[in-house]
Amino acid sequence: MSLVVENLIIDHGAIRAINAVSFNVPTGKLTAVIGANGAGKTTLLRGLSGLKEIKSGKATWNGESIVGQKAENLARAGIMHVSDGKSVIAELTVRENLALTGLWRKDKKDVAAATEEVISLFPILGERMSQSGGSLSGGERQMLAIGRALIARPQLLLLDEPSLGLAPLIVDQIFTSIKKFVTTMNLTVVLVEQNAMGALAIADEGVVLNLGRVVGVDSAENLLNDPAVRAAYLGY
Amino acid sequence: MIKFITAILTALTTGAIYALMSTALVLVWRSTRIINFAQAGQAVLSTYIGYEITVRSESFWVGVLGAMVFGALLGAVIDRFFMRPIFKRIKSGPILMIAPVVATLGLLGIIQSVIGFKWGLTYQSLTAPVSTDGYTLFGRVIAFSPFNLLVVVFATASMLILTLLFQKTNIGLALRASAHSPEIARLSGIKVDLIRTLGWALAGAAGGLAGMLYIPSSYLYPNAMDVLLVFGFVAAVIGGLESLFGAVAGAMILGFAISFATSYVSEKLVFPMAFIMLIVVLLIKPAGLFSGKKSRRD
Repeated sequence: MSLVVENLIIDHGAIRAINAVSFNVPTGKLTAVIGANGAGKTTLLRGLSGLKEIKSGKATWNGESIVGQKAENLARAGIMHVSDGKSVIAELTVRENLALTGLWRKDKKDVAAATEEVISLFPILGERMSQSGGSLSGGERQMLAIGRALIARPQLLLLDEPSLGLAPLIVDQIFTSIKKFVTTMNLTVVLVEQNAMGALAIADEGVVLNLGRVVGVDSAENLLNDPAVRAAYLGY
Repeated sequence: MIKFITAILTALTTGAIYALMSTALVLVWRSTRIINFAQAGQAVLSTYIGYEITVRSESFWVGVLGAMVFGALLGAVIDRFFMRPIFKRIKSGPILMIAPVVATLGLLGIIQSVIGFKWGLTYQSLTAPVSTDGYTLFGRVIAFSPFNLLVVVFATASMLILTLLFQKTNIGLALRASAHSPEIARLSGIKVDLIRTLGWALAGAAGGLAGMLYIPSSYLYPNAMDVLLVFGFVAAVIGGLESLFGAVAGAMILGFAISFATSYVSEKLVFPMAFIMLIVVLLIKPAGLFSGKKSRRD
């Protein structure tokens, strides 16, 4: 019962963006995938969520293959991908943005309950319900994107660089809330980050990606203390 | 004075028909980024079906319903079995820009040829359900009939229904989300392909209605709607292509410009006026008059 990736290969045009990548993400744990710009982190997540074609290799969630499936079907099956940057529809209001993941869910009572939970997790969203998504600050957009994913009651959450372009104080706030809902909602999370320090600080496990290959897999704690990782990704 | 009132009433009638066509074009553009030149063919074929149903059922209204249902089905079939397979093969490159244009133009030719085979290249007339004789105003007959009034009422009602659908329903939210950001919509679990097909179906129904409302004032022949495609396209571009509000506003602006130019300057100004409007708008605001985020209230 976990996400298992084996020998995954994904091409990005003529470039082999993900080259024979293998790792496991244990259920209920937060796994950080760290690496420099261009390491293939975003491509990896896009492959896992069905947005990008997987050339070869295996990827299974709870024993079932997720290779070749449509993104919308994976989303309905509980794999929610919060894509990088501004994963918010600017033309829709905050309320409408949040409603998207509840549209297809049968249990409307639970959709309402999940929406309440998201608003108590990110109270600022509750104050902005009728504003357009485009009027939000970067941090608020990130909260909205994560909140929208949570309303689907996902089992596996794929987060792409939630800290991108945000002020340090907001990054702390977002990481703290991620840590909080991972424990309270019993989620499995893959957190892709360039901000290796912040990501490893809240993660249980870590995967280090370099030029499309896995160069390190260990507990987040060990990676934080690994001199090579520190020199390459943590900057000290 | 009568000339002025007539010009306004004519503008409303023609604007209402243009609005249906521009709405059809905008619905397809928003959902699939295709300018659907086949819209003229789809609309006229739907009108032929509506005409046949009207003749058999002896009811114009059953004919309208039939034209709209057929138009919706035809639109859905074209997207599902024609457009979607094309775009599955072409992912990027210059051909991606050209393919939809060629495909929809080709489709227009195919549909019009099929009509030619089935109904011949003759003119048929569709009788209006109410009088097409102009009302009398201050003792003079004006160029605005009970049927024209009906056209305005029907077009307005269908716009209101469409707006409610888009703004107040879950389907409408899915349509808007898929139009603005297909990727985020997909990641949220929305079946974007299905929603796109629905956009084509709604456009097809609007085209069928436009045909049934326009043809009684003209004749039914394979190219009967080509002119309306041009006006609908100009109206959609004036409105910025993105919003339903823009499509209707663009159509009304065009309707008024043409009506006043033809009644006060020259009858010959119908086409020149449309293109003058298009060029002026493209020079002043290339993205269309209603493309700004603030006026995007579709």
